[in-house]
Amino acid sequence: MGSFMIRRIIYAIPALIAVSLISFLVIAIPPGDYVTRLAEMSAAAGDVMPMAEQEAMRKAYGLDLPLMVQYWNWISGVVLRGDFGYSFSFNLPVKDVIWPRLGLTIVLSVASLLFIWVVAIPIGIFSAVKRYSAGDYLATFLGFLGLAIPNFLLALAAMYIAFAWFGVNVGGLFSPQYVEAPWSWERVLDLLGHLWLPMIVLGTAGTASVIRVIRANLLDELHKPYVTAARAKGKGEFSLLMKYPVRHALNPFVSGQNDIFVDIVSGGTIVAIVMGLQTTGPLLLDALRTQDMYMASSFILMLSVLVVIGTLLSDLLLAWLDPRIRYQQG
Amino acid sequence: MDNLIEIRDLRVTFAGAIDVVNGLDLDIAPGKTLCLVGESGCGKSVTAKAILQVIDHPGRVSGGSINLRQPDGSVLDIAKTKPTSPVMQHVRGGDIAMIHQEPMSFLSPLYTIGNQISEALMLHRKVGEKAARAEGIRMLEEVGMPDPARRYDSYTFQLSGGQRQRAMIAMALINKPRLLIADEPTTALDVTTQANILDLLARLQRDTGMGVLFITHDLGVVAEIADEVAVMYLGKIVERGPVREVLEHPKHPYTRGLLASMPRLDGDFKASLQAIRGMVPPPALRPAGCPFHPRCDWARADMCGHVQVLETELGHDHMVACHAYGPQAHKFDRVDRPVAAAAAAAAVKVREESAAPLLSVRDIKKHFPIRSGFFQRQTGAVRAVDAVSLDIFPGETLGLVGESGCGKSTLGQTIVGLHRADSGSMRFAEDDRPAVDLLAARGAEARRLRTDIRMIFQDPTGSLNPRMRVRNIIGEVLQVEGQLSDAEIEARVQALLAKVGLSPDYAQRYPHAFSGGQRQRIAIARALASDPRLVIADEAVSALDVSVQTQIINMMKALQAEMGLTYLFVSHDLGVIANISDRVAVMYAGRIVELGSTEEIFRNPQHPYTEALLAAIPGRGESAGGRIRLGGHVPDVAGRIEGCAFADRCPYALEACRQVRPELKGAGGHLDACIRSEELHLRPVASNETLVPA
Repeated sequence: MGSFMIRRIIYAIPALIAVSLISFLVIAIPPGDYVTRLAEMSAAAGDVMPMAEQEAMRKAYGLDLPLMVQYWNWISGVVLRGDFGYSFSFNLPVKDVIWPRLGLTIVLSVASLLFIWVVAIPIGIFSAVKRYSAGDYLATFLGFLGLAIPNFLLALAAMYIAFAWFGVNVGGLFSPQYVEAPWSWERVLDLLGHLWLPMIVLGTAGTASVIRVIRANLLDELHKPYVTAARAKGKGEFSLLMKYPVRHALNPFVSGQNDIFVDIVSGGTIVAIVMGLQTTGPLLLDALRTQDMYMASSFILMLSVLVVIGTLLSDLLLAWLDPRIRYQQG
Repeated sequence: MDNLIEIRDLRVTFAGAIDVVNGLDLDIAPGKTLCLVGESGCGKSVTAKAILQVIDHPGRVSGGSINLRQPDGSVLDIAKTKPTSPVMQHVRGGDIAMIHQEPMSFLSPLYTIGNQISEALMLHRKVGEKAARAEGIRMLEEVGMPDPARRYDSYTFQLSGGQRQRAMIAMALINKPRLLIADEPTTALDVTTQANILDLLARLQRDTGMGVLFITHDLGVVAEIADEVAVMYLGKIVERGPVREVLEHPKHPYTRGLLASMPRLDGDFKASLQAIRGMVPPPALRPAGCPFHPRCDWARADMCGHVQVLETELGHDHMVACHAYGPQAHKFDRVDRPVAAAAAAAAVKVREESAAPLLSVRDIKKHFPIRSGFFQRQTGAVRAVDAVSLDIFPGETLGLVGESGCGKSTLGQTIVGLHRADSGSMRFAEDDRPAVDLLAARGAEARRLRTDIRMIFQDPTGSLNPRMRVRNIIGEVLQVEGQLSDAEIEARVQALLAKVGLSPDYAQRYPHAFSGGQRQRIAIARALASDPRLVIADEAVSALDVSVQTQIINMMKALQAEMGLTYLFVSHDLGVIANISDRVAVMYAGRIVELGSTEEIFRNPQHPYTEALLAAIPGRGESAGGRIRLGGHVPDVAGRIEGCAFADRCPYALEACRQVRPELKGAGGHLDACIRSEELHLRPVASNETLVPA
């Protein structure tokens, strides 16, 4: 197990290096940079930015250096000093902008994932055990509905209903007075008060697919010989269900969870814009539009790192759950 | 009631309409073993599951009674007890326990065997985890698990087949049940392991006095352990009686057919086997009258097809359900059909002596690397085939026999080219063509060899592509040759189907439309499509029911005589090997340990391993001088083996055996690899014994 874990972690390193290189190059290679963008903006305002000034600015920001040098300066800063570079448009170090946003993104994504599990796993088990019952058809119907409705539409509808019928303003993750406030107990409660709606909106599609996955996996397991063997031992139906088929059905389910997590993290952008959430999505979009390159690269890097870590965690979880993986690859 | 359990008129219905068990009566006395025998599809396993009320959806017990005598003298009718009720949960595992055919799939791989054994105990008795663990380990020791305290924490995939079955037996017996149901518990095991497990079950039964319902299709196993036998056909008992009565004086034509289709090791090995015609129909198509009549040689058109059969008592507790013994018995002459002409002709086929070998294998090695450690470096090799030399002569059948893991399948696969041998040479010499080395052949020559040497695989379901029609499965082989038009291929496919005893219209169907035996016929037709010289049959009949197995063996013999084929017949079943082979090679740990004519191998074994294999054959191995039983299993061929690989399991091993590796030597075509073969007098297969041990 130890060797398996270490090998797995070591495998993640080249992936991380590649990811960092790609996140940087994707932003840096296309023609134009932040200075070009500034010049365009002043041109639009009727001003002309002299070439010399542009060159001076490039020099000041280090944009005149060869690409690989720029990459090296950036990534060594990230790894060695936790310095993600400077955001041109915010006039702040990237890390001051990125961390609070990233924190909220992780909180929201994990909350959505938990919501999915809490809702979908019991329904999935029920659907499989009571296959072709009215309850199963209802769960299947709602599941497909959840899959079919786009998240942002659901977000709009939920906000409209909350506002028009209940008079609650559910946009954003905080009430207006807490948006810029320092962390306090009240701010946390306020966050929790706002979190549930985006959590449900982001979770619906995942819930639907997890119900289907659990149902299908469990149906495969319910009539396996070891279930008959356990029943023949005199085990009660419920504890039998939980100990054998459900436990077996969890393995393929766990390996699929990373995909859902990725979907939530990356798929949340439109919902975040619609609902005015202070997560990474809207900010990343802005950074891309203004060619705020360190900001954009850092966001992409951090999101990719999240995905790599998620994969690693689901692999380790799978190894912990399944002795066959533990003993045969360890 | 004196019996432990009495089943009366039991009916099990599937999907609301189909009776899989159809009025079954059965008694099991305490301390006795009742064997339930029949081909697959007869309802044996369903009967067992009905006793425990664990039949899978959509089946259910729809009638009759299953009366279990309780320790206090009262009687519980299981058939009328709700499957999920606490009473039933108490009966399951507590009063009646079950062991299953394939322990790998009946034990969960996600929990240790100890967890699953102790769970059984804790479900029925109030014991703590610690006490349950101690009891579990004690039970493992009881069933002969080596190093029980360590194995207790093992997972199923870390154990060998025999060890897994011991774990399952421990799980079943930990609550000291009064009835043990064993559903083909040794079918998936090697013959040597099977002998050990049967001994174990017999000892445990003597010690605990439990009743045993033992389900099997192997009449050899029946002879070994049964007190009473019940023969089941299509959901009903057709014959029942004490084991000697039934096996020595079988009455029902079905019982007689099963016995006749079993390869015999007494008398003439090569005597043609008599297969029962056709196969077990699905329960939905149960024939009217006597359900066996379409396959029966005695059947009379005027009654068997429509008159219900009654049970007839013959005395000595012997019951038979057949019109030929009933009130109309005088109408039947009860003569068994003579052996089919084709099979008989095949049996007396003559091989030309002194012919040059078709294939000479010399010093073939096939090693598989083992990678381990942090960097997955090669740390060793599994020596699956380790310097094997043998000759196969044109027109003969060479049997290759050994326990699982001995390398016999790898050898077959290497010859056909599925593995590339690491070293050695294989010379293939057809009489009209120059000899070629299979390892050196390239290009057109290699392609031609692929049509000359063909293979039949064990699992006919897995080896036929389910998305292709039979016509394409067989025709594909002909297309490779490239010179045939579609019409010619069509005609050849039809001819091949006819040759393997299938209707030519089957060409348009997909494999799932066929039974196991029919699929194996298709696989054989495919192997024969390119007109090969050498056919390698890798456990080709092992997955089939005994009567179907016999049909296939007889067909293969007939095809051999007709087409001049040469077979390398790989099998773990000594009975089959004895029946089909001209010569036999015994393989152990990647090497051939004995090679000789079938007569010599079975009547005059020279290697202790051969002796042990022969002794393990159920129902015939026992003789006056006590039993020979092999402990352990084929050694891990990854480790370097000094001296004789068999020394650790050999009862005759000396210090010298562990020093030098014995070479295959001998005269007159009978070779062995044992340094003591000249001084030892090993026991042959019991030659004059009947099926039932004295």
